[in-house]
Amino acid sequence: MSTTPVIGVLALQGDVREHLVALAAADAVARPVRRPEELAEVDGLVVPGGESTTISKLAVLFGMMEPLRARVRAGLPVYGTCAGMIMLADKILDPRSGQETIGGIDMIVRRNAFGRQNESFEAKVDVLGIEGDAVEGLFIRAPWVESVGAGAEVLAEHDGHIVAVRQGTALATSFHPELTGDHRVHGLFVDMVRENRTAAH
Amino acid sequence: MSSALSHPVQSTDTPATGTARVKRGMAEQLKGGVIMDVVTPEQAKIAEDAGAVAVMALERVPADIRKDGGVARMSDPDMIEGIIEAVSIPVMAKSRIGHFVEAQVLQSLGVDYIDESEVLTPADEVNHADKFAFTTPFVCGATNLGEALRRIAEGAAMIRSKGEAGTGNVVEAVRHLRQIKNEIARLRGYDNNELYAAAKELRAPYEIVKEVAELGKLPVVLFSAGGVATPADAALMRQLGAEGVFVGSGIFKSGDPAKRAAAIVKATTFYDDPKIIADASRNLGEAMVGINCDTLPEAERYANRGW
Repeated sequence: MSTTPVIGVLALQGDVREHLVALAAADAVARPVRRPEELAEVDGLVVPGGESTTISKLAVLFGMMEPLRARVRAGLPVYGTCAGMIMLADKILDPRSGQETIGGIDMIVRRNAFGRQNESFEAKVDVLGIEGDAVEGLFIRAPWVESVGAGAEVLAEHDGHIVAVRQGTALATSFHPELTGDHRVHGLFVDMVRENRTAAH
Repeated sequence: MSSALSHPVQSTDTPATGTARVKRGMAEQLKGGVIMDVVTPEQAKIAEDAGAVAVMALERVPADIRKDGGVARMSDPDMIEGIIEAVSIPVMAKSRIGHFVEAQVLQSLGVDYIDESEVLTPADEVNHADKFAFTTPFVCGATNLGEALRRIAEGAAMIRSKGEAGTGNVVEAVRHLRQIKNEIARLRGYDNNELYAAAKELRAPYEIVKEVAELGKLPVVLFSAGGVATPADAALMRQLGAEGVFVGSGIFKSGDPAKRAAAIVKATTFYDDPKIIADASRNLGEAMVGINCDTLPEAERYANRGW
């Protein structure tokens, strides 16, 4: 397969534009996804940063939650940042009542674990699979991963807490590479999408 | 389940809080969303359940501030903390223009954003607060590009067009957002020689003016505020280029706040889909009555506050 992969960004709410820019910079065709028929046309999907409760509600409200779950179960490559990480967790430690997730990664996530906005921070993070310098991690009211199941691989920690995880074709980070201009993590995800397409054909 | 690393990967350097990227990045997370004014923990829960991305905690919504008159100040810390306790979404709160001690208090309470707001009675008729002095990010109102850039120069990490709060009339919100967008478009057409004079005219630092000319947008997130009362109003502001909306009196001064709040959230997400906006607009009960802005005396126009 030599054609460029098409990667959607779930555009219900959040920093969609920054992900579209980062994906394009990492040599993917990037487009926003708000409807089931748009979801059907992508080779991979990013679930952006935003408010996880809002994204979850809108996904249910507009009939996206079940199609999202079905495609992720069927092996669609997905990458979630911050709120997106929460959306990809099989379990939330402290969900708001009725807060649902897409799931896909066998992990338990704690929302706003690093604190409120005054505790939000930036720090260098070494990520397994990312060559060269450490990634600049922006942690904004960020979650962390309490624990992962046997199938999930921990890619990075900060201060003793898991902040990046991969399980098969699913990737999640507590931090926001889309806000830094460093597109290496998106590059890793685009590679995952390419490999998945090759494997499928 | 295991939380141990097979390969120890640890970050090394000390984390930095309150950086421009962390402050501005917070606003990026709110994009495409609705921020709602609330005066009680119960209202905050209704807003969160409706899909608000954040709430603005205040003692009286702007429509009541107009009605009651008198000096409008920062809210009671107990009331703000009650709202922080009630919801998990970010909580914003308002300080008076130039009242940096109110802002210090709000920061100490742990609010996620401070709105240095013209809706409250200004405390300083010359100076706004030095927003770089805070870890908590600030959002400020603007009626035009120069005002927006002066606030950014003072450290604001998010801008909202002012509109005319508490009127339920979207006309001023449209005027201010169009003004800001038009002035940015004009800057785009200027060559480097012209940008110095433009900066003087805008009464804003040259570096920020140049950045806006290059980006074709503000270097921070731009929301719209002041007068949004219906789902169609919210979608209108989005189509005009706002990255999200603040809704003040429009929700909790209406007949069925929970329903209207959810409807405005839907229309903000699908702002370019008239069918969805139509469905969201059905059977919402009474909207807030509203005020005609052309009959509003100069002294009662909040948008004139701020310099």
